[in-house]
Amino acid sequence: MALITVKNLSLAYDQLTVIEDLNFSVSSGDYLCIVGENGSGKTTLMKTLLGLRKPSSGSIGFGDGLKKNEIGYLPQQTVVQKDFPASVREIVLSGCQGRMGMSPFYKAEEKALAEENMKRLDILDIQNRCYRDLSGGQQQRVLLARALCATQKLLLLDEPVSGLDPRVTSEMYNLIADLNREGITVIMISHDITMAVKYASHILHIGSHIFFGTRDAYLKSESGKAFAAGEGGLINA
Amino acid sequence: MLDKLAMYMQYPFVRYALIVGVLIALCSSLLGVTLVLKRFSFIGDGLSHVAFGGIAIASVFDLTNNMIIVLPITVISAILLLRTGQNAKLKGDAAIAVISVSALAFGYLIMNIFSTSSNLSGDICSTLFGSTSILTLTKSEVWLCTVLSVAVVVLFIFLYNKIFAVTFDENFAKATGTNADTYNLLIAIIIAVIIVLAMNLVGSLLISALVIFPALSAMRVFKSFKMVTIFSAVFSVVCAFTGIVISILAGTPVGSTIVAAMAIVFVICSLLEKE
Repeated sequence: MALITVKNLSLAYDQLTVIEDLNFSVSSGDYLCIVGENGSGKTTLMKTLLGLRKPSSGSIGFGDGLKKNEIGYLPQQTVVQKDFPASVREIVLSGCQGRMGMSPFYKAEEKALAEENMKRLDILDIQNRCYRDLSGGQQQRVLLARALCATQKLLLLDEPVSGLDPRVTSEMYNLIADLNREGITVIMISHDITMAVKYASHILHIGSHIFFGTRDAYLKSESGKAFAAGEGGLINA
Repeated sequence: MLDKLAMYMQYPFVRYALIVGVLIALCSSLLGVTLVLKRFSFIGDGLSHVAFGGIAIASVFDLTNNMIIVLPITVISAILLLRTGQNAKLKGDAAIAVISVSALAFGYLIMNIFSTSSNLSGDICSTLFGSTSILTLTKSEVWLCTVLSVAVVVLFIFLYNKIFAVTFDENFAKATGTNADTYNLLIAIIIAVIIVLAMNLVGSLLISALVIFPALSAMRVFKSFKMVTIFSAVFSVVCAFTGIVISILAGTPVGSTIVAAMAIVFVICSLLEKE
């Protein structure tokens, strides 16, 4: 059974319908890239999947026993976070909140999990540094480690490479691909179709016309052909 | 000078003032960090003006214990202001401005039209700038204040990790299964209680200082949320204590002396950061 099944979903933003009658499903182990023009509703769709917004119609079903507190999320950075006085360790630990329920303090189990994920993302040596003093790439690693504390199953990433330089960007993509190979299902919003086509197993293109299918099918489709012809010309058109 | 201080300490009203002042400063600084980071620095100002409106209504009805009216009104306003959060049509700062100036205007109007007091402007001045009321506390008021403060501190310690998660990233917290709305509601209620308590100390115009100065000072110097929280509490308590002592010895107004002390600490911390 699919991890997530979306049926006839419509989304509105400020009373303006941005997505209509959307159908797709995500299975365990998939790497789905959501692409589309600015304002096509990519972030709105992700927030709806996360339960932060209500859809105007349609349904989102979770399968494979996926619970609400087993989802990891890497949001776009907010203004608040830019000068937030917090250590790396404090932020990564806060990813464990979902699994803790009402329990007020972190136990050895949560601390071990945070430690493990900091090691996994190679940020253990900066765990006592202040978040606001880190580079953009390091900050994204911290937020990714936090997301991994919240999940073993499903990661949702909202433009994880925006504002990063090219070298750090490709590191980030490789990191995400590694996590996917380790068995974590990935749903990612991206501006960058070249990278989406390179790494993803499935593509969801939203906008004036909707495409959902495997990467190979996408390359043969109308939108994919337009992309292949103009190297991302579709996005800029 | 120490003799003079020792002499003053024999009076219960001086001891009460110190106890209450320090407790209020402690509570307000704890939540200050969250408010500053959530870009709600002026919520203290807004809510205290609402509380001022509440006091006006209470004085019209000639209630001896105006807490009965002031506390619920302030709590409700705090919930309305903080709950709307990021998704509101009327954004945070504008909403606070609207509520605070209306409450101030209507409060003054009501007091003017219905007041029975012979010294209206004196009453209003002391509500706005903090009066000598900190020095005229009764034993039961001191107890009420102590109980509420201890409750706030205990609640804060238990909610500390949740408050951090919700402050740093509300959407992440919600998306991963933390009940962020409930914690926001609790934070709002705690803040309202603190504001009502703190009005006794510095009056409604200076209350923002009590909320933001310790947090801002600690944020200049320290790098983790835990250290910022702890030192904002320390700064606040030290300033409140010093401020009250100075005001007793030098005969200056209590509220403005405390706030002046906090402003000086803030400047020192800002200078330390540069190096």
